[in-house]
Amino acid sequence: MGKSLFQKVWDAHSVRRLSNGQTQLLIGTHLIHEVTSPQAFGMLRDRGLKVKYPHRTFATVDHIVPTNESLEPYSDKLAQAMIEELRKNCAEHGIEFFDTNTGKQGIVHIVGPEQGITQPGTTIACGDSHTSTHGAFGAIAFGIGTSQVRDVLATQTMALSPLKVRRINVDGKLAPGVYAKDVILHIIRLLGTKGGTGYAYEYAGEVFDNFSMEERMTVCNMSIEGGARVGYVNPDETTFEYLKGRPYSPKGAAWDAAVERWKNFASDPDCAYDDVVNIRAEDIAPTVTWGINPGQGIFVDENIPAPADGKTQSEREGISEALEHMKFQGGEPIKGKKIDVAFFGSCTNGRLSDLKEVAQYLKGRKVHPDVQAICVPGSQVVAKMAEDLGLAQIFRDAGFEWRGAGCSMCLAMNPDKLVGDQLCASSSNRNFKGRQGSVTGRTILMSPLMVAAAAITGEVSDAREVFGLLPEPVGA
Amino acid sequence: MALPKINQIAGRAVYVPGDDIDTDRIIPARFMKCVTFDGLGEYVFYDVRKNEDGTDRKHPLNDPKFSGATILISGNNFGCGSSREHAPQAIYRAGFRAVIAESFAEIFFGNSTQLGMPCVSATHDDIQALVRALQADPDMTVMIDLEMQRIHFGDVSISCEIRETNRQALVGGYWDPIQDLINGEEQVEAVANDLAYFRATAD
Repeated sequence: MGKSLFQKVWDAHSVRRLSNGQTQLLIGTHLIHEVTSPQAFGMLRDRGLKVKYPHRTFATVDHIVPTNESLEPYSDKLAQAMIEELRKNCAEHGIEFFDTNTGKQGIVHIVGPEQGITQPGTTIACGDSHTSTHGAFGAIAFGIGTSQVRDVLATQTMALSPLKVRRINVDGKLAPGVYAKDVILHIIRLLGTKGGTGYAYEYAGEVFDNFSMEERMTVCNMSIEGGARVGYVNPDETTFEYLKGRPYSPKGAAWDAAVERWKNFASDPDCAYDDVVNIRAEDIAPTVTWGINPGQGIFVDENIPAPADGKTQSEREGISEALEHMKFQGGEPIKGKKIDVAFFGSCTNGRLSDLKEVAQYLKGRKVHPDVQAICVPGSQVVAKMAEDLGLAQIFRDAGFEWRGAGCSMCLAMNPDKLVGDQLCASSSNRNFKGRQGSVTGRTILMSPLMVAAAAITGEVSDAREVFGLLPEPVGA
Repeated sequence: MALPKINQIAGRAVYVPGDDIDTDRIIPARFMKCVTFDGLGEYVFYDVRKNEDGTDRKHPLNDPKFSGATILISGNNFGCGSSREHAPQAIYRAGFRAVIAESFAEIFFGNSTQLGMPCVSATHDDIQALVRALQADPDMTVMIDLEMQRIHFGDVSISCEIRETNRQALVGGYWDPIQDLINGEEQVEAVANDLAYFRATAD
């Protein structure tokens, strides 16, 4: 019987069994940012501990950085204090820091891959739940709490229990206008927000084989929204092609040896899975959320559910709560809901390919006068390439505010926030109550092209109609 | 430094109803602009407990009948979303020492165990029975017995579950694994030396 990638990577990084029966697992690559690391460094100081392997931790600043001011000190004193704390901690412990003046700063889950730090067959941890993103490379990547950040800094290991593995096959071909974001929103809709608890999700099938690395990252990124702490895709030529020549990728003979090693980490064809789910790509349409968790999704041409559609009492209560917050009525279409803000960015969809894909349709169009549209590139590298390729100008010409790199309005720890009960068409990953910085703010998750369509029309729209992506009706 | 063994947690309880209560709800992101966890207790569930002007809203955690509760009771998938340890830290620092829910999100569950705050699961029906008893007698003592995996209240007892390794960690006094991890130092080095990427550096 063969082994899954999860098992192989787990086995290669297992150190020993701990007193409580958990495994001491080596974390090969540790990524840190300003929000969840300062307390961990404080805990190290309290215990007189040092960073054990500083060359295996990489830092950047993303959550609190303002995207509309680049000069320090920032107007937000607390944000300034956090960035300075990270600088101090990195300097004191000899940790590489992709600071704001390096040209490499950005959202930690965008920086790791684009620098070639994220590699197949590795274990990665970061104090951020979207660390699952790195699984796109065939790494096992865990979002962790701050005490575990401390554990990794002090020992390069964590105490963990193994996960079960669910293989999710998506076969067939996605229709034009249907994207990786729709695939993951559809998966979460089908399997639920807690369906993945205790599992690693292995994404596979024709759709994933054909996906670019950036599309794979979009799907792996939102694994946690389906309850799965880990999500991954087996490494293949697409993976190796992406990594070749990146700053931290192996070079020369070491490259060839690495590719051979990486190939061997892919799940064996005869390995057993704890569960298998099969989905047809043709069954997926552009998906939007209508409620207050990422599992509350519908196709853009469907109607919003009513409480009576819930199967259990708690589901019915959940629908009522969501409708009340969203100020929607059950049974009405989601299409046509007037939006106030369009947010394009985040570790889910703030990459160059997202900008490229949308720019080709956005060219020559204008954002609706009632909409504030913000585009936040995921990293300084993405921002520069978007400028060089003329993409940034297309967004600006259309009426998007073109901002500096960071997490921005995905979680609103910087000045980018919704106001009052504004409705936001967002390419981010969470539609929780209050997530985008206003207690009564409302979020609709969707693909970047759907965000662009909403920005132009001023309402939730089917991007396929707005941009002419639907096939001509037969006989027309 | 030996850690206390956590076998039983007893105290008054409070019910915060709802499924999928996420960590943004438990501690809104703006309160994470801090470099220590001190003071987070004050902001637990802030946006559902407070009006925008800072006055109290109607919420179980504002209800004087339940003030001083040390056990939090909730629904399905409690603690989903962000991995922020600020969420269990805020709950702990608000005085809670255990959470009972129908189920927990993975990362929240692990973070809580590592703080020595057990998260135990019980069925929907059993939790509703507990809640009814609690509403009838808010001063009732609820006792979670991690050895026997039972929850006792009044003259009733219901069963509860917790993943075995985490239960062992709590009852054995290993819930914070740092010393155990440090003790593995030499074996860690051996495993690390076998991994080419671990030794690599940038150009």
